[in-house]
Amino acid sequence: MNEPRSAERLAADADPGLQGGADGSVNYGHVVEPGVIDSGHGDILYLEDISVSFDGFKALNKLTLNIALGELRCIIGPNGAGKTTMMDVITGKTRADSGSAFFGQTIDLLRMSEPEIAHAGIGRKFQKPTVFEKHSVFENLELAMKARKDPFGTLRARLDSAQLDAIAATGERIGLAQSLNREAGMLSHGQKQWLEIGMLLIQEPIVLLLDEPVAGMTDAETDRTADLFLELAGEHTLIVVEHDMDFVNRIARTVTVLHEGSVLAEGPMAQVQNDQRVIEVYLGR
Amino acid sequence: MFFALGGYSLGMYLMRAIGRDGVYQSHLPDFMVFLDWKAYPWYWSFTDHFAYALLLVVLVPGLLALVFGFFAFRSRIKGVYFSIITQALTFAAMLLFYRNDTGFGGNNGFTDFKRILGYSITAPETKAFLYWLTLLVLVGVVLGCRAMMATKFGRALQAIRDAEPRMMFLGYNPLGFKLVVWTLSAVICGVAGALYVPQVGIINPSEMSPANSIELVIWVAVGGRGTLIGPVIGAVAVNGLKSWFTAALPEYWLFALGAIFVLVTLYLPAGLLGLARKVAGKLRRPAPEARKVPA
Repeated sequence: MNEPRSAERLAADADPGLQGGADGSVNYGHVVEPGVIDSGHGDILYLEDISVSFDGFKALNKLTLNIALGELRCIIGPNGAGKTTMMDVITGKTRADSGSAFFGQTIDLLRMSEPEIAHAGIGRKFQKPTVFEKHSVFENLELAMKARKDPFGTLRARLDSAQLDAIAATGERIGLAQSLNREAGMLSHGQKQWLEIGMLLIQEPIVLLLDEPVAGMTDAETDRTADLFLELAGEHTLIVVEHDMDFVNRIARTVTVLHEGSVLAEGPMAQVQNDQRVIEVYLGR
Repeated sequence: MFFALGGYSLGMYLMRAIGRDGVYQSHLPDFMVFLDWKAYPWYWSFTDHFAYALLLVVLVPGLLALVFGFFAFRSRIKGVYFSIITQALTFAAMLLFYRNDTGFGGNNGFTDFKRILGYSITAPETKAFLYWLTLLVLVGVVLGCRAMMATKFGRALQAIRDAEPRMMFLGYNPLGFKLVVWTLSAVICGVAGALYVPQVGIINPSEMSPANSIELVIWVAVGGRGTLIGPVIGAVAVNGLKSWFTAALPEYWLFALGAIFVLVTLYLPAGLLGLARKVAGKLRRPAPEARKVPA
């Protein structure tokens, strides 16, 4: 990682006209520091002209998408529209053929590995709930928790009381406080979905990518998840891909419709639902 | 292969400890006299020091595993493909060690050891000592691994085994974890080889044959996969059976071994340990299935 200071130094060296303050600091108004998330322009995620093709099939076709900090954005679109591929590009699983993806102003996501992106502050929930089935709920949260995640760091890791509290609080939030010692594999499908959301939250990410978070949940569980997401928005930035339109309707502020790898429509739910092109894509064809 | 490398490392010391008591009464091992070599090749330097040999036992398998593992894991080679590559590497090493020019005694390997640290290697006291030492090391290694698996590192390892992509999106880089545990296992193998060689009195390239690796896998399968004590149980069980079988029906042993592997895979996927657990669970009747951490 770059030392934030070096950027200042470099800039100061380059411009001898800049005068240092009494305490040696330089006042720029707004310094862009490499490696530090900068959402000074209000947006946290910028995708521009991203294209990905698999054997000639264009999964993403010049996709451009900006997400504001603290936003709760719903992404919908028919199967094969490129929703999951978009998440794969953001999290580093799939390399884009062209285009650019920035996290804040300064972090180039296309040059980072999956763990690096996770450390930078983007958490992801998979389409199929993926928890560590052989570990207890507690251990799942412990592994996900923001901490040193290298072999030697984990070898010496001991949970302090603040971390224990964080696990307990997260367990409470996802409704699994009573099940912390259960093996995750024994949870119901909906509970696994929640556990995975909990694992995201305890990483303290800035952006959460949620791929079909309510798939397979009962109505009551879906309701609770909607409440949870509404509570999280603002505190975190949420990007939700979902097929369940009732759910989207409940939580959506801005909805983006993807179709054939690019944005077809974007706006409030009511507007998008009445968009002629969107209706065609969903009903006609 | 790491087992054999550890064995060869200590074997070098044992060969030098023969001194001039070999068939040709040379300061060189008999096989070098055979090849008409006049001096030890460079990589035999210092091997007359026991401590240095011990260092090699640990370092040679460890470093090789580290380098090999780094490239393999970085390329995200895993599962059966990784197994195949390690087998290929082992086979290549075996061919290398079969060559007389390699300087490790060719197909005969090292044998005719006389003494270790001045003690006669054939004396019953030495043998008993080595036996107890082996047992001690075994217990130490199992306990050490157990302690390691009880840390967050251990839980992370199991999580990587179960859902590697999930771990990456949580911010873990599996490379380091895999490298550490793979290198550690290579070192343990090296130590095992070093304990094995003075007790059986011979090390040759056939120790690197694929059949040996497969037999090892069968030990693990028989004992119980995914456990630490399982392989120990499996090794004792299979080798006990082997001792009896190869005396009674020597020509059918390999068939029996194959049959064991097939039967265990089909009917005892959790091995003997799994069977024992099942029986114990039945005896205790209302057994709440609440295994906290798989041992």
